[in-house]
Amino acid sequence: MAESRLAARKDAPALRVVLRYAAICAVALALFAAVLLVAGKDPLKAYADTFRSTLSSAYGLSELLVRMTPLLLTAVAVALPSRLGLINVGGEGQLYMGAWLATAGVLLFPAWPRWLLLPFAALLGFLGGALWAAIPGVLRAARLVNETIATLLLNYVAPLIISYSIFGPWRAEGSSAYPQSPAFPEAAQLPTFFDTRIHAGFLLALVALLAYWLLLEKTRWGVDMRAIGGNPEAAQRLGIPVATWVVVALAIGGGFAGLAGMGEVMGVHGRLRQSLSPGFGFTGFLISWLAGGRPLGILFMAFLLAIITSAGDTLQITQGLPYAVVNILLALILFLVLARQPLRGGAK
Amino acid sequence: MNPVVPLLEVRAITKRYGAVTANEGVDLSLRGGEVHALLGENGAGKSTLSKVIYGFTRPDSGELFLEGQPVVFPSPREARAAGIGMVFQNFMLIPALSVAENIALFLADLPPVFRLKAVGRQIREFGERFGLVVDPSATVRQLAVGDLQKVEILKLLLGRARVLIFDEPTKVLAPHEATALFQVFAALKAEGYAILFITHKLREVLACADRITVMRQGRVQGGFGPGEATVEALVSMMFGEQDLAGRPDPEAPTSPPPSSRPTLELRGASSPGTGSETALKGLDLSIRAGEIVGVAGVSGSGQKELGDLILGLRPLSAGSKWFCGVDASHWSIARMREGGVAFVPEDPLVMAAVPGMSVRENLVLGTGRRYWMDVRIDWRRLEAAMGQSFRALAFPVPRLDPPMGALSGGTLQRVVIAREMAHAPTLVVALYPTRGLDVRSTTSVRDLLRRARDGGSGILLISEDLEELAEMSDRLLVLYGGALVGDFPRGQWQVEEVGHLMTGSKETVHG
Ligand SMILES: Nc1ncnc2c1ncn2[C@@H]1O[C@H](COP(=O)(O)OP(=O)(O)OP(=O)(O)O)[C@@H](O)[C@H]1O
Ligand SMILES: [Mg+2]
Repeated sequence: MAESRLAARKDAPALRVVLRYAAICAVALALFAAVLLVAGKDPLKAYADTFRSTLSSAYGLSELLVRMTPLLLTAVAVALPSRLGLINVGGEGQLYMGAWLATAGVLLFPAWPRWLLLPFAALLGFLGGALWAAIPGVLRAARLVNETIATLLLNYVAPLIISYSIFGPWRAEGSSAYPQSPAFPEAAQLPTFFDTRIHAGFLLALVALLAYWLLLEKTRWGVDMRAIGGNPEAAQRLGIPVATWVVVALAIGGGFAGLAGMGEVMGVHGRLRQSLSPGFGFTGFLISWLAGGRPLGILFMAFLLAIITSAGDTLQITQGLPYAVVNILLALILFLVLARQPLRGGAK
Repeated sequence: MNPVVPLLEVRAITKRYGAVTANEGVDLSLRGGEVHALLGENGAGKSTLSKVIYGFTRPDSGELFLEGQPVVFPSPREARAAGIGMVFQNFMLIPALSVAENIALFLADLPPVFRLKAVGRQIREFGERFGLVVDPSATVRQLAVGDLQKVEILKLLLGRARVLIFDEPTKVLAPHEATALFQVFAALKAEGYAILFITHKLREVLACADRITVMRQGRVQGGFGPGEATVEALVSMMFGEQDLAGRPDPEAPTSPPPSSRPTLELRGASSPGTGSETALKGLDLSIRAGEIVGVAGVSGSGQKELGDLILGLRPLSAGSKWFCGVDASHWSIARMREGGVAFVPEDPLVMAAVPGMSVRENLVLGTGRRYWMDVRIDWRRLEAAMGQSFRALAFPVPRLDPPMGALSGGTLQRVVIAREMAHAPTLVVALYPTRGLDVRSTTSVRDLLRRARDGGSGILLISEDLEELAEMSDRLLVLYGGALVGDFPRGQWQVEEVGHLMTGSKETVHG
């Protein structure tokens, strides 16, 4: 029934939602254990290894937070437009373009002092993603191309721009086998905390999540955006500038993904590389989708998916399983979430 | 058919939504060969009761009996299998498919490979028997509202329903279509079908119902047998005696205060029509402050397009639009609304409300910058202003927290009207504003439009209800095929003549 679904979305307390997803994950883990058994591996050992390498040590935990940083940002990049009924599958490309523009800033002004260079490059990171996402936004607002297709296709373009740059103008001297940009100056490295690799990008991601929630739930702009998502025809008839919001929402979303890219180059790699992201943008899409766009859900899901993707690395090393097996686990979770949702349609 | 054992009986149905009791201890029996009308003010619980019968909503308590046997319908599927059918307001048809295909899809016992011809034959057969003639091979997209409804009814008949539920079927019908529907009712009755008919139009009830049940605040207030009911008795049962006092006399002479200032003017305004829309052809029209301009026409004559053109939702291909003496041909909707244009739509859930957002949030939509408070909205000020608007309209103030989609049809319409009228609009575009409202709310909406007129607003009233137009309009225009074909000052038109103009059987007249 449409009404009860609406009610569920609005009223379900956060805790219940978290518990429900936890239960789903438990079932998924049990099923995945069966898969591992069939593959002749010891699931208990696999889970124990994963646990040891992630949750049981301070180092493991810190690495999880490092991994969560881009996931949170790319999830918000999807969640925000989704509240207007827009489907942004271009987080990956937006992340790349954020990294690219931030790098451009750093390489152009390497001598700037840190207090100026960091915010400047962060801003460029945001802009890179925002402008990249604004392209599908404009196309959609002009009713030319569906934003799902445009954002998806631009994912294939962005890495090419990176390739061009690091094979060409930005190529570091002496890195002939492995093209990459020169290392960033000290002033362009994001501050890290507690002697770990956790960098300022993590705080930025938390702020982004909070900003997303405040924007949607507490501001008058949020009312307009949710109205567009809830009933575009009524929104237009009531004078809400739908086309403008479509562009703006996609751009802000893309900006967050761009910040993720900025965080990776300036917080983790310290330079621009081709292998910037093992699909953070796509995982972010999954996170936002699984969490139904709820901020706390995103936090929880990002944590969970950080563990799962780390498990891929662990299993590769300890059990000799290909990294891709985690995709089975991700698919199982997705499947269970889908199965739990009431079928659409019905009598009304 | 045994007339003593009812075909379907509900006993002591109770259904609560949180603090709201939608149905409380409701008894009702439907007999074969009878039209049973269900009446009651907005939010009385009529739709809830029909959804319970159809298995769409599970009651908290109460029982259903089918030919004396207790039954439980966990979902509409079981109800349909037991011979209960419901005609929904928003028709559930697939536009791209033909009539026969749509009906075939609905039939549960159809083999995987079936002969569409056979279905088509059955459609024709039933169609002739009950006055439901539609072409089985026509594509649903091309059908008028009245025909869509016929397809819905045929669907149920071919699916062997014996009990037919109609929730406000005449809301979307033009008068002649409604008359045709009652003839269908009569034919169905003669063959022993049981009909539950929900409506707000008392005249319709008196014309076609055998028995009448009146609901009020979730309870059955009383009933009437054949020939017992009168308008007065019905109204007093629906609302209680005290409410009748404040009713204005519709016959009271109303003369528009003289005003020369046009609020809105169209000069040779044209607009292209694409797809199912009607193109507007060279409209000349002026609405002065303090005047109600009625627009008559059969559905699809360009009413919605005219409203959209004035609201700024539709581009002009020729001519111009003037608002308060300023060229507004290219103004956006937001600018028109800012300038004081209010819109009372025909279907608020589609055109003017967001079902998933709370009533409170819906009230702020489209109010421009009035309730802005830095980056937030000043909810307190909004609630105060809207509360006042509800009171001015004599509407009860609804609860503000539930989602808009949970309101009854009439309550929803009242919320939208209260919002639109809250800021003393300069121009009101009212598109079928009383559709779906109960008698009392209808009266208060009409009253409100008159008061707005007396307060200096210009009002464009688009309606298919000639009686409403006759009662309200200071000037009456007739729209046919996207062009204005008649223009009469108050009291200078004959219903006959207007009817001919509406159907295009007479040439243009300017009275
Ligand atoms: N899903 C729901 N959630 C919460 N309240 C509901 C829900 N459905 C109905 N109600 C409430 O139950 C009451 C009865 O609603 P119902 O739709 O049955 O009225 P109705 O008699 O059909 O009115 P109308 O003539 O306006 O259509 C209303 O107060 C309505 O707000
Ligand atoms: Mg109703």
